[in-house]
Amino acid sequence: MRISADRERCIGSGMCALVAPDLFDQDENDGRVRLLAPKLHSGLSAAREAVDACPAMALEIDESRD
Amino acid sequence: MSQTVPIPHGLPTERDASPFDPPREITRLREARPVSPLVFPDGHEGWLVTGYDAVRQLMADTRFSSRQDIGIVHALDNIPGMPAATEPSPQIPGLFIAMDPPDHTRLRRKLTGAFTVRRMRQLEEHIIDIVERQLDEMARLTPPVDLVKEFALPVPSLVICELLGVPYADRATFQDNSAKFLVKNPDLDEKMAAYGAMTTYLAELVMSKHAAPGEDILSDLARDDDLSIEELTGVAFLLLLAGHETTANMLALGTFALLEHPEQLAELRADPDLLPDAVEELLRYLSIADIFYRYATEDIELGGETIGKGSTVVVSLLAANHDPKRFDHPDTLDLHRKARGHLSFGHGIHTCLGQQLARIEMRAGFEGLLRRFPTLQLAIPADEVKLKTDMNIYGVHELPVSWTEAAR
Ligand code: SF4
Repeated sequence: MRISADRERCIGSGMCALVAPDLFDQDENDGRVRLLAPKLHSGLSAAREAVDACPAMALEIDESRD
Repeated sequence: MSQTVPIPHGLPTERDASPFDPPREITRLREARPVSPLVFPDGHEGWLVTGYDAVRQLMADTRFSSRQDIGIVHALDNIPGMPAATEPSPQIPGLFIAMDPPDHTRLRRKLTGAFTVRRMRQLEEHIIDIVERQLDEMARLTPPVDLVKEFALPVPSLVICELLGVPYADRATFQDNSAKFLVKNPDLDEKMAAYGAMTTYLAELVMSKHAAPGEDILSDLARDDDLSIEELTGVAFLLLLAGHETTANMLALGTFALLEHPEQLAELRADPDLLPDAVEELLRYLSIADIFYRYATEDIELGGETIGKGSTVVVSLLAANHDPKRFDHPDTLDLHRKARGHLSFGHGIHTCLGQQLARIEMRAGFEGLLRRFPTLQLAIPADEVKLKTDMNIYGVHELPVSWTEAAR
């Protein structure tokens, strides 16, 4: 499973970094999402919460890839 | 019972259910027709969206434009002396809340780096210091005191002043003028004067940052050659206004709500770990920034209705946050609820830029206040608390409180 983030859509709200700090951080300069662990081994529920919380619909979980 | 509720003429605003719940007519409308036609005071037939799902969908869809300069965005307020709009309003430089991509994106990206979760966490200790100092001052006063004046307004004002590099000594200027600017049915001359005074003050301030930049957000922005003085002034206006009025109202109205729910308050005092959830629930329950406008740039289907191109569309975040389809017993304050998913900071590309700052301010503010004032109580009957139904951001005008002992 992989997480992908669309940095063009991202508005730097920080919701992902708030709800799943092990998986997401934000760029120092423009606040846009940075994936800390694109390959998802654990923390699926946190990842789902982040996908849900993202106001810009910039995050996706791809269950078919590893 | 669907479709039996008449189409509202004008927005119901009277808090006839409780100081905290949506007006009854709004609740009925959400049940019957969550996406409803609405007749505006100037006769425009637009829309009012009150259901959680529909509001969320709308705010994520940029075909519902935030711009005021494409077509006329009809107002809900009756401003005496203000003729009904016959032309779209011109775009104001820097006011990115009234822009769409790519203009919105360009400005917002210059700011988001300053408001990241990490940056805000780094500020936490400092914000706690500011809260403690303000509480020290309050504890020296003889109750009753007005919590708005002594605590709820100073704390976020001090924080945003420091972040932006606005001298706190100038607070009277921006606090008074912001308040005038947020009056719903203002005297037009007064509103224009307040806006003029704010922008003149801020234009001078940002020019001084240009000349001698310091260590603050406005100075960082002033270093960016890509931003004009007019844009910088507009951005400063937004950040300053949004940075103090919103959190101030949350702290004061939130305290009022807690005092009116003593069992909940007792649970929160007993278990400070409840605080983050409590803050989310207060955000949901109170929804102080309620009404937002959009402009339909094409015919758009929403919740089974067709919103015609050119319509003014109004959303009620308060109604959406009290939608029983999303939150069980929505009109109950339940600090144990997992209220995340509320729309109080908005949704979509315009989601509140300062939300992570606001969370930290509220956690620090409520935690400090409840710890230092274990016997805090209202000093007047609850039904005499003056509610801000006349303002664009909800809250209380004053909150007289007293206590019998203050803790160190
Ligand atoms: S939650 Fe979405 S918009 Fe916010 S920082 Fe993360 S990816 Fe970007």
